[in-house]
Amino acid sequence: MDQMTIYLILAGVFGLFMAWGIGANDVANAMATSVGSGALKIKQAVILAAIFEFSGAYLAGGEVTATIRKGIVEADAFHADPNLLIWGMLASLLAAGTWLAIASRKGWPVSTTHSIVGAVVGFAAVGVGVDAVSWGKVGTIVMSWVISPLLAGTFAFMIFKSIQTLILNKQHPVASAIKYGPIYLFMVGFLIAMVTIKKGLKHVGLNVDTDHAFLYAIALGVLVALLGSFLIRRVKTDPKADKHFHYANVERIFAILMVFTASAMAFAHGSNDVANAVGPMAAVISTAQTGLIASKSALPSWVLLVGGIGIVIGLATFGYKVIATVGKSITELTPSRGFAAEIAAAGTVVLASFTGIPISTTHTLVGAVLGVGFARGIGAIDMRVVGNIFMSWIVTLPAGGLLAILFFYVLKGIFG
Amino acid sequence: MQMVKGGYMSGIFGSSPVSPLQKHMSKVYACASELIPLFNAVINEDWDDVVKHQQQISAMEQEADVLKKELRLNLPKGLFMPVSRQDLLEVLLMQDKIANKAKDVAGTIVGRHMVLPDVIHEDYIRFVTRCVTACKQARKAINEFDELVETGFSGKEIRIVAEMITKLDDIESDTDNLQAAIRRKIFAIEKELPAIEVVFLYKIIELTGDIADRAQAVGSRLQLMLAR
Repeated sequence: MDQMTIYLILAGVFGLFMAWGIGANDVANAMATSVGSGALKIKQAVILAAIFEFSGAYLAGGEVTATIRKGIVEADAFHADPNLLIWGMLASLLAAGTWLAIASRKGWPVSTTHSIVGAVVGFAAVGVGVDAVSWGKVGTIVMSWVISPLLAGTFAFMIFKSIQTLILNKQHPVASAIKYGPIYLFMVGFLIAMVTIKKGLKHVGLNVDTDHAFLYAIALGVLVALLGSFLIRRVKTDPKADKHFHYANVERIFAILMVFTASAMAFAHGSNDVANAVGPMAAVISTAQTGLIASKSALPSWVLLVGGIGIVIGLATFGYKVIATVGKSITELTPSRGFAAEIAAAGTVVLASFTGIPISTTHTLVGAVLGVGFARGIGAIDMRVVGNIFMSWIVTLPAGGLLAILFFYVLKGIFG
Repeated sequence: MQMVKGGYMSGIFGSSPVSPLQKHMSKVYACASELIPLFNAVINEDWDDVVKHQQQISAMEQEADVLKKELRLNLPKGLFMPVSRQDLLEVLLMQDKIANKAKDVAGTIVGRHMVLPDVIHEDYIRFVTRCVTACKQARKAINEFDELVETGFSGKEIRIVAEMITKLDDIESDTDNLQAAIRRKIFAIEKELPAIEVVFLYKIIELTGDIADRAQAVGSRLQLMLAR
């Protein structure tokens, strides 16, 4: 077996493993709340999550994948020896996977995105040279890690405030929810359709110009809104349920609405996080095949397909359990809160995916939940998670980097 | 790949203080409302019954204490809540004082084998019933707490609770009037009674009135939360 074949097999195996890990991520929580509130059965939740994670990865994952694959490193630095890039990217996958396995075993919350970015920067800066890192790009990415939770928090705050004004504080909250709920769904459907059409349909073989894209996105948004409207009208309200807690019936409506936002969240997660697995993999594959750092070469669309499949396998094997356990334990995120937080988080993540910036979906969602909390909407929020997020920045980045450097030299020793 | 344990999302929610606070208030109310049968027994001079109710009050006061401690212990640092920690703990303290006062009243009655003069029997039952109604109203307001969180402390829910608090204030000023009437009646006959009896009669009246005061204090602390 020649070396190139070995590289390809290794890249495929490591990439698939990372994708599996992403599918098993606790962002499956998005669906968990819908299960907990009884709006979805576990099986339905897993199937929905699988569909949307896969579509997100396959249709909208290209930009971030391109960033991980060739945006963080300077292609010029590898012209002399393309093997360096192959070893480095393989080392990055190994490092991120190892670090995630360690952290998960210890119960530390870490981010896949931070592990992989830390790893790529680490091997490039130390293993190859400081010039091999495209620092401007890295700076943008790091900035976005601070901005994305803040942005999602601000969005969530505003969306929750609008839900308060339009629905919860009204004389007849149930009627208001039926009236205004579909409008939020329209926004969600429109945003996701727009991103998919602009970024995703190209590699499926369809080309749509901007005007048409806009029209199609509006049409899809309306379709989503109509579907939601149909479903929430079918919700049986029970006047008795409102006796003890006046908002029990509104929450039933939001539980249905939240199925849509949870799907959007799954789409967003797939679109941003698939790159953590297939970005390095794609770099290895294209370099191994051409022997060149083809900074202009297009991403083979089957790479995203592999990522999508890996995520679905992760969901089916492990995400299943996560949804089941977490669905029971998270009762604090009531459907109306989850709805606001997920619209904000999904919107922020999809925008990041659109611009090709790898961010942490979980951090963004946490930011969004905090935003709802600041609107005095949640009984109690443990602000220590904010500390955990900082820990992810200051621990996971160097850890991913150091492990990548280690694996880089090991691979270099074996193959070099 | 965050596993369930230690994941951000599972870690972000603290245990909500709302339902423990409501549980505590319900216990406190149940404790205070035992005073009505207790005073009926005093008037009927059925001492076994008086002692029975006194013991029930004392037991419920202890149960309320346990709930109070649980809530305090489950309110670790680093929690961000829709109401300030301090306001919440003050509401809890005021609620708890209701039970303490009820226990003091019952304890004094039993300890001193107190008998109420005939002329104030009817008035006293009305007085103590009104004080218990104040507690009931405070409980009603506290029971709106989860609705307040649901609406994020805004809009019509604020109005509903504000109205409840106004009504609580009215009930409390009722109890003041009833208390004054009883004091006048005792004043009229106090020369005929043993001096120590009179001292403790005034003491009991004051303690009973304190129950309504504390209930009102619960309401005004709640009002502070609304005002934030």
